[in-house]
Amino acid sequence: MTTPSIWFTRHIQALLSALGRVLRRPMASLLTTVVIGIALSFPATLWLLVKNAEQVTGGIAEAVDITVYLKTEVPLEEAEKLAASLKLRNTIDEVTLIPAEQGLLEFRDRSGFGAALDALPENPLPHVLVLRPAATHSSADEVEALKGDLAGFPEVEAAQVDTQWVRRLAAILQMLEDLFAAIALMLGVGVLAVIGNMTRLEIGARRAEIEVTKLVGGSNAFVRRPFLYEGLLFGAIGGLIALAITQAVMFALDIPVARLATLYGSEFRLAGLGAAEAATLLLVGACLGLAGAWLGAARHLSRIEARG
Amino acid sequence: MIRFERVSKRYPNGREALRDVTLQIGAGEFVFLTGRSGAGKSSILKLVSLLERPTRGTVMVNGQDTGSLPARAIPAFRRRLGVVFQDHQLLMDRPVYDNVALPLIVSDTPFRDIDKRVRAALDQVGLLQYERALPLELSIGEQQRVGIARAVVARPTILIADEPTGNLDHALARDVMQLFKRFQEVGVTVVIATHDLALVQEFGQREIHIADGQVIV
Repeated sequence: MTTPSIWFTRHIQALLSALGRVLRRPMASLLTTVVIGIALSFPATLWLLVKNAEQVTGGIAEAVDITVYLKTEVPLEEAEKLAASLKLRNTIDEVTLIPAEQGLLEFRDRSGFGAALDALPENPLPHVLVLRPAATHSSADEVEALKGDLAGFPEVEAAQVDTQWVRRLAAILQMLEDLFAAIALMLGVGVLAVIGNMTRLEIGARRAEIEVTKLVGGSNAFVRRPFLYEGLLFGAIGGLIALAITQAVMFALDIPVARLATLYGSEFRLAGLGAAEAATLLLVGACLGLAGAWLGAARHLSRIEARG
Repeated sequence: MIRFERVSKRYPNGREALRDVTLQIGAGEFVFLTGRSGAGKSSILKLVSLLERPTRGTVMVNGQDTGSLPARAIPAFRRRLGVVFQDHQLLMDRPVYDNVALPLIVSDTPFRDIDKRVRAALDQVGLLQYERALPLELSIGEQQRVGIARAVVARPTILIADEPTGNLDHALARDVMQLFKRFQEVGVTVVIATHDLALVQEFGQREIHIADGQVIV
């Protein structure tokens, strides 16, 4: 007997009646949605923190160079040949050859040992290759592996790289990500509880109406529907508020962060939530709202039966 | 239409409301259930509308054994039944029109039919001019008639009423009874529980007398 158009009409009706009830208590509705919005904005902001931190440190991690000291007896031509062959590897982005002469000049300029160096009969410095690993192969383990590989070359005296701090950075980022997951989980459960409780109160307040509806043959699904839509609405509006809060925080931080970045000689700018992330936030809010209302309704509606 | 076979009902508090009740009400009959308060009249109506289940025995309604109906089939079962209560059970914050439309809305009736049927039902109880009023703006007799309009709007084959005139004076009570009589005349089976014996005598219809949970012949 139910045709799709009636089904659709019933859902629109349930949605409108839920919307009507939300708007009839503007203050209570506002408070609830703001609570949900704030709860959702925490993980959203933390997510942006993680994302931006990864972006910032991604640039730094790429700057992990491997310094390869060739043996002193290796002539310049061979060093050049080696540099050219290394450049062909897809794990290596850039190879810079610092010939011994140039190295000596730089050392003399920077160290202040000019007079002492002049006293030496010949240049004690070897040719040096500075390698930049490709961005796709710049994890600490891959860089370490590359370094070990290079150290095995017959022309190479030693290869040096400091991956310790890269590992530390990765660990910090991982920790931030875990923190994000934990906070998202906690506050998600919080939103479920808020909406579940709201549904419980709402069901209590409308007990008479539910009883009468069941009395005249309203099914459980029919009785539950407006509550589910109400939860969905609250969740979605809460998501919208969270989006506004998060973007406001990003907006407020934009200029100070840009200034700080300039001081470090960086072009870095804070990235806000993209369209897909914003949509995800709204969707998560709506889903939590729906799930919370479902939990509250399942628990409390079944206890209300029609009575004569 | 309605058949009780050796039905007993014991409530969780231990009270035995019905004991070994057997009765039969045919299609299109108009029947008064009489007896003192607590005799078991309400229990019979609750068993018919599946608000309660029998402890023992079989309750057949519309040719259906209610004992074999699963819980999820109860809403559809109730939609084929019109029920009127003493305290009318109206939604006080909704206009008369919405109250009467409720049984049609829960049964997924198309919109244009809802409007037609609600107006027809309100017209039958003489309240068409009050469709936008809230129940509290009406007199008690009028509220009871709204309850009756709601009970008949989905065109049930059975109409049951539990003390529908309990709060009304004699004149209003008679009006309400005449309303029920008119539905019976168009083929609806009507069962009314009442303790108003004067009214029962006045209408001279079949009477099933209940005392102490049993049918007195």
